[in-house]
Amino acid sequence: MDPQLSLLLNGIVSGLLLGGLYAAAAAGLAISFGMLDIVNIAHPALMVMGAFVVVAIGTALGLDPLLVALLVAPLFYLVGIGIYGFYHHFFERRGEEALQGLAFFFGVIFIVEVGLVMAFGPEQRFLDPPYAFITWRLGEVDLPLRMLVPAALAVTVVGLLILWLRRSFTGLAIAAVAQDADALRLMAVDPVKIKRLAFGISIALAGMAGGALVVVQPVEPSSGQIFIGRVFAIVIMGGMASLPGMVTAALLFGVVENVTATFYGPSWSPAVAFGWLLLVLAFRPQGLFGRAA
Amino acid sequence: MSATTLTRAAIAAPPRHAVFWLGAIGLGVALLVILRAIGNDYGYFAGYFILQYVVLASAWNILGGYAGYVNFGAAGFMAAGAYTAIALRKATGLDLMPGILAGAVVAGLLGLGTGYLTLRLRGVFFSIATLCLAVVLQTLVVNWDYVGGSRGAYIVNPMEIPPFVSWGEYMFVVMLVLAIGTVGIARALEHSRIGAGLAAIRDNERAAEAVGVPTLRLKLIATTLCGALMGVAGAPLPYYSGYLNPDAAFSLSYAVNAIAMPLIGGAGTWAGPVIGAVLLGTLQQAATVTISSALNLWIVGWMLVVFVALFPRGIMGWFRRRR
Repeated sequence: MDPQLSLLLNGIVSGLLLGGLYAAAAAGLAISFGMLDIVNIAHPALMVMGAFVVVAIGTALGLDPLLVALLVAPLFYLVGIGIYGFYHHFFERRGEEALQGLAFFFGVIFIVEVGLVMAFGPEQRFLDPPYAFITWRLGEVDLPLRMLVPAALAVTVVGLLILWLRRSFTGLAIAAVAQDADALRLMAVDPVKIKRLAFGISIALAGMAGGALVVVQPVEPSSGQIFIGRVFAIVIMGGMASLPGMVTAALLFGVVENVTATFYGPSWSPAVAFGWLLLVLAFRPQGLFGRAA
Repeated sequence: MSATTLTRAAIAAPPRHAVFWLGAIGLGVALLVILRAIGNDYGYFAGYFILQYVVLASAWNILGGYAGYVNFGAAGFMAAGAYTAIALRKATGLDLMPGILAGAVVAGLLGLGTGYLTLRLRGVFFSIATLCLAVVLQTLVVNWDYVGGSRGAYIVNPMEIPPFVSWGEYMFVVMLVLAIGTVGIARALEHSRIGAGLAAIRDNERAAEAVGVPTLRLKLIATTLCGALMGVAGAPLPYYSGYLNPDAAFSLSYAVNAIAMPLIGGAGTWAGPVIGAVLLGTLQQAATVTISSALNLWIVGWMLVVFVALFPRGIMGWFRRRR
């Protein structure tokens, strides 16, 4: 095969796998930002906190990081409940979520990040499962399991989430709370309770994404920063409240970033991806897959 | 008739510009005399550090406090100013003063562009765009070898600069003048028609538009001014430290402080960011010297969370309530 073409093909495939990780990172945000209208810019910071917790527990017990990630998810659910309780009490209830609420989550980023530096030190942490060094080959295309396994887990979790949101009463209520909280009240459902539950789930997803992140790359306390723009870009491009749209956008985003990195060097990939987001915001704010408001 | 007098009185007491300017200049001179009497270069260093945050926080306040639009990209705008100054010096040999002017123009245009692209949307999209802007700019600078790329750029400063006793004092005086100017601009803006229009946008943008406030134009004025003043805060940075790399220029502590300081001091008033910057700046200097720089960012984070939760009007709010 032509080497350029093979390079492109590999770039696309590993971009899709990277997109799987991005889907994991953005899944929780699609719920909190997309459905609940809570601009949780601390989501990636909490994901990195998840990664650190997974490394600490996984190293101590000698367990697989993805398994640990599933085990710590309930813990992060409780963290999410706590954060939402605070946010609702001080900001949402008073109708001050725009300025003060954003500033609150910005403060949370710093508390989490610097807290991690003080607890674990600023250096990189990693926890490699045994399969991280295996690469499957399909003809010209490389499939490193380090990328494939987290991507598969992410897609499975998001798939289950989509089913649950469409089939269960609570799931439908979560989708409804963003559209019309008062109507939900008429159905004898407390919108605050639903939002607390949904926000807890979104943070549990952040914790799980941390497990996926640690399989793919070493993490440091500030790893979340580069993800802030990425995950918001993905959720907005996906059309805010749509999980299938989010997954499509995540895969697309991974491919664009990775192909750019392959041909122009990795130091350029953030600018291309974020430039793309700026263009979407400017010309198609309802997202690539969303309907015009 | 009674309605107009009422609103006039409710907006603000008539601004006493002369008193403000004389007071500010007097305070500046007093600061300089005190620092010279102490005679320690660290005094100038700490003073510059705090004054730079006075400029940055006041700039953030113009958009965030008056109009209610959150700019997360303070570090990006500041670095735009700093790197404009570096590039200008490399290209033409012009030094600090033209550098500040050029930094203001470039960062102001950047603000205008970002605002033009995103301000027709909900405020949150503007905030996210500014977050991204900082990342894009950092990537560009890292890849731009002319200004040093990721290795950073050096600026060699002269040892002597009469009539000042040292380079540190010179930089301190420059920043002092910039800070007084910035606070003065913010104060004048607050009491002008533009300030009233921005306050209307913050309280209810749709209602403001409905009664004929030119919302988009006012928001663009505010983003441009906010960006330009942040560029002003950043342009002297390479001259002050003698060396600048992308990690230092785009440091997130600028972004968090630019938001925390006005909110803790009291957003939407010209004095709030000044109070916040002096308070948090002093606290961080003290914490850096005595404890560690990680801990001081942690303290800022906690203070931000506690203040926005418990005192949404900031320290200025305490005084208003008591009256």
